[in-house]
Amino acid sequence: MFPSQFGYHKPGSVAEAVKLLQADPDAKIVAGGHSLIPAMKLRLAAPSALVDLSGIESLRGISVNGNVSIGAMTTYAQIRDSAKLKAALPVLADVAYNVGDPQVQSCGTLGGSLAHNDPAADFTAVLVALGASVKAVGPKGERTIPVEDLLVDLLTTSLAEDEVLTEIIIPGGTSAAAYEKFRHPASGYAVVGVAAAVKTGKGGVVDDAKIAITGCTSKATRAHAAEQAFIGKPLSAESIAAASAVAANGLDLNGDHYASADYRGHLVGVQTRRALERLA
Amino acid sequence: MGIPVPMATRIPVRITVNGVEYAAEVEPRLLLVHFLRDNLGLTGTHVGCDTSQCGACTVYLNGQSIKSCTVLAVQANGGEVTTIEGLAVGNDYDPVQQGFWEMHGLQCGYCTPGMIMSSHALLDRNPNPSEEEIRHALEGNLCRCTGYQNIVKAVQRAAELRAGK
Amino acid sequence: MVAEKLVGQPLKRKEDPRLITGAGNFLDDIKLTGMTHAYVVRSPFGHARITSIDTSRARAMPGVVGVFTGEDLAAVNPLPCAWPAAGGENNMNTPRVLALGEVHQVGDPVAVVVAETRYQAKDAAELVDISYEELGTVVDAYKATLDGAPQLHENAPNNVAVRWTCGKDADEVSAALAASDVRISQHIVNQRLIPTSMEPRGSIGRYDEGTGDYTLWATSQAPHVHRLLITAFILGIPEQKLRVISPDIGGGFGQKIFCYFDMPLVLWLSKAVGRPVKFFEDRSENYLSAAHGRDHITDVEIGASRDGKITALKVDTYANLGAYLSTVAPGIPTTLYGRMVAGCYKIPAIHVNVTGVYTNTAMVDAYRGAGRPEATFLIERVCDLVAQETGVDPAEVRRRNFIQPADFPYDTGIGMLPYDSGDYEKALDKALWNSSYADLRAEQARRRAKGNRKLLGIGLSSYVEVCGIAPSKYMGAQGWGAGLWESANVRIHLTGKVVVTTGSLPHGQGHETSFAQLVGDELGVPFDDIEVEWGDTLGTPFGFGTYGSRSLTVGGTAIYKSTAKIREKARLLAAHMLEANPEDVIWQDGKFQVKGSPESSKTMQEVALAAHVAYDLPEGMEPTLEATTFYDPPNCTFPFGTHICVVEVDADTGEIDLLRYVAVDDVGNVVNPLIVDGQVHGGIAQGLAQALFEGAVYSDNGELMTGTMNDYAIPKASQLPVYELDRTVTPSPVNPMGVKGAGEAGTIASTPCVANAVIDALAHLGVRHIDMPITPEKVWRATSAR
Repeated sequence: MFPSQFGYHKPGSVAEAVKLLQADPDAKIVAGGHSLIPAMKLRLAAPSALVDLSGIESLRGISVNGNVSIGAMTTYAQIRDSAKLKAALPVLADVAYNVGDPQVQSCGTLGGSLAHNDPAADFTAVLVALGASVKAVGPKGERTIPVEDLLVDLLTTSLAEDEVLTEIIIPGGTSAAAYEKFRHPASGYAVVGVAAAVKTGKGGVVDDAKIAITGCTSKATRAHAAEQAFIGKPLSAESIAAASAVAANGLDLNGDHYASADYRGHLVGVQTRRALERLA
Repeated sequence: MGIPVPMATRIPVRITVNGVEYAAEVEPRLLLVHFLRDNLGLTGTHVGCDTSQCGACTVYLNGQSIKSCTVLAVQANGGEVTTIEGLAVGNDYDPVQQGFWEMHGLQCGYCTPGMIMSSHALLDRNPNPSEEEIRHALEGNLCRCTGYQNIVKAVQRAAELRAGK
Repeated sequence: MVAEKLVGQPLKRKEDPRLITGAGNFLDDIKLTGMTHAYVVRSPFGHARITSIDTSRARAMPGVVGVFTGEDLAAVNPLPCAWPAAGGENNMNTPRVLALGEVHQVGDPVAVVVAETRYQAKDAAELVDISYEELGTVVDAYKATLDGAPQLHENAPNNVAVRWTCGKDADEVSAALAASDVRISQHIVNQRLIPTSMEPRGSIGRYDEGTGDYTLWATSQAPHVHRLLITAFILGIPEQKLRVISPDIGGGFGQKIFCYFDMPLVLWLSKAVGRPVKFFEDRSENYLSAAHGRDHITDVEIGASRDGKITALKVDTYANLGAYLSTVAPGIPTTLYGRMVAGCYKIPAIHVNVTGVYTNTAMVDAYRGAGRPEATFLIERVCDLVAQETGVDPAEVRRRNFIQPADFPYDTGIGMLPYDSGDYEKALDKALWNSSYADLRAEQARRRAKGNRKLLGIGLSSYVEVCGIAPSKYMGAQGWGAGLWESANVRIHLTGKVVVTTGSLPHGQGHETSFAQLVGDELGVPFDDIEVEWGDTLGTPFGFGTYGSRSLTVGGTAIYKSTAKIREKARLLAAHMLEANPEDVIWQDGKFQVKGSPESSKTMQEVALAAHVAYDLPEGMEPTLEATTFYDPPNCTFPFGTHICVVEVDADTGEIDLLRYVAVDDVGNVVNPLIVDGQVHGGIAQGLAQALFEGAVYSDNGELMTGTMNDYAIPKASQLPVYELDRTVTPSPVNPMGVKGAGEAGTIASTPCVANAVIDALAHLGVRHIDMPITPEKVWRATSAR
């Protein structure tokens, strides 16, 4: 199995990449390629050309300086193995360790995951919970987009066809974050994933919190009701129970032959509880 | 009536495989695994699925284990690839190969090259992995024959051999 | 110097050096001069009439050598079915090489493109324009038999392919049920599985215009059988004009026993285009159209006494056979399932009714265990249902119903050959001991008393299965369309080196190693001096191949008997060389010795040299040391054992954690314990995966929803437990080595074992049964409903 014909470009700079994308509206960016190439092999995608970002060195790298900044072409393996990240925000390395498998981690990139916006991806939810934003460069220059606004719908983002996602910025200040994943036995994707991040103040009172759900919705989605159930309170058995009871409220849950929407809704509650228990 | 197929553009690549540099002109869509198997005749790397699950095609690219069915040959341009054929030096098996032989870590042998490459990559990262770490590191490699128990033992044995035990 | 016996030693395998270095020679590794590539255009519909095919755009594509449709192959016969159900109703429909007129499943081959490269073949295949008129579809075996269901084949009203019964008369068994103190009925689905050898299937055809000879390389578990079927039944060419070669095979599990459309197709194409043609399927093609396994819907009625003795069993099974009959499909849910439902137990009244059904799905045929997993799942679920209903411990229910050692050979009364030997209680007791069963039950009681959300479940499965599928006389009476013996040729060359050719066909089982161990002991030749050859109809005598755990029991016995013939001839020659009376020369310590004077001896190698140079042979003796045996055993063999699985069920999510897996198997004597343990490991994993992970799912319109490994859950290393293995050894009286067969036992035992464990974890909540795969959601539904 292999893709149909296409052209191939390997630009040396973001500006060059943008030009290539402008010139060919049917071209697609390939980052790690581990979502796109399988889709092309199954002939579910047939771009006219690929614009391979792997030659742009500036898109790789991790820096921690209050904020965490990760280049879009940074691989899961680099995140998984980064001592800096393990110290600053260990949830990222933990999540990377459980994305796909080691070979996927060698290739898959954080920027690619966000730009693809798979409804069952892990990092989309984790980055929403962490309040991350991305930088994107297009013909009109650079802009910053909160991840929550980047993810529009199933496999759809607010990036323009000729825009390149360049960097992911995670603001500092998170006290603790956790991700609870129920894996699909075959694909390894999240059947339900719940990411939670909190900022706690005096006496363990939660000043701010974000919970994001993946796997069971068309895109990573905030569980606002659950957040409100414990913001302003310490994380306790009661506040956690209250949050998990309402975690699936308002979610447009999907189901398939492996797991129904009802069951996924139930898991959202259980996994929210478990994620928050890890933060308490 | 015209035939709606884009021109088969070919792109020159230079890829070093098992220490030998090869130059070729390839279609952009040529998968690395097909480059290895069909262009170079290195048929030890196998294909067992269409969807990047089975890992039979696992090779090293620039020092990391990857699935060569999900990487284009053009993406490997300028890179260094090691396949199963590149592990043994003459009749001296790599410790991972030796471990698989000693512990009966294979039956039909189809998944074995990929399994060995992934195990090798694990031991490069983590010379003394726990059983759980071994099982986790092999999530991208499916075996239908062994039930994995002897593969785990093979990796443990390989870790001993690498440590000179 | 007495050489240590090779048999019984965990020797490293001879096969492995090539396989661990990437030097194996699998089908897709083969490249022939001038070879072209075939890509098959398949039906996207579950049931449709082909209204037109236009190949002109495809023909114009670069690299295309030819495009062919069913019309081009209209003169080629459909594939044969070699095993109709004896004594039953058989409404036979088998697939054509390429569909003609109608398609009956998604994936039915409709056209084929031959091109210079596989990329070009597929590119062109996308441009074959085919119009279809869609027809109604049905995918469920029971629904397919109802009035008004879409009909697949004219000669099969209500889509019934096979009707068959065994055991006592239905009324008699109903009466026995009515007279039973305890009556239970249960609806049980044994879901459809996709075998998934890691190597998909393929074939390469080459026609030699000069000689008129064909050569087929195929991923085949039975090359001689395929030669017979392709020549005599499909293409109508003389059998001797086709040579079939199985290269290294990347696993089979039954799926590579059968004759598939691509085998005659590549031969036909090769003649048509005048060049070799390779077909190698993608994984998704394999999932769509290579044979699947299991897929039974069963209603069982059980009669039992209050103390847990099973008094009557009435089984009504709908077996989904798919769109057509695969090569041996009808035999699986009849002889190999129906006649094995008694399991290890003495059950006085059994009636089995089987309806084999056509549906718009992939064909279903033998898959690792073939019928016995379905039978064992049924009877082992029955044992637990009886335990639950009567309050007798599941281990005790089994014990009370076991066939006893003194009962062998034992006839279950439902048409199976008599069970050869066994001590079922011994294996059960060993498994109970190894698992600390009493402690596990105590821990379970403690957790239940405390309301622990981690529910402990303990599952048992005591199994017996039938291996060494043979004898020809029995199989003939069961409808099997040929013999089922096995062949072996053993020869010692002048240099003392030994070549063994076998009709068995290893595809992971390590025959090159275990057969060499057997031969080394019998002939006194070092292990490294023995080569086992297989897989080429040119070089091996006719053999039936490898399946049904028959290679060592049947094929191994053929080898053993050949070595015995050689040894006897060599003994006579040794006596001649030693100038001794033949009666005084014995085989001892790996050489021929004159009784009482061991210093006067000849090695096998010395005798082999003398036999080959033939300067001085006894009067009338032919040169060389070589013997061929065609062995047809008097009975099958019946391995058995008990497996115990311990699971922890998360009451909040329904997730299942496998804590322990204890297996005690009795496969008779063991030639290579490393290999036997490996077979058991892999078997357990495969059966366990049926219980928890795997299941082929079709949409109502016949689309395979689990069409890739992204959806169909082949278990990973992280999802499987450590297997704690042990054995009892009850030699089989059927063959001289006392072996029983080990290839399928693990699979047969583990499915019910794991299912029973999960259901046991929930039993105190009133859960009686959950259909497989037992996913977390099903557990959650079963528990949250209570």
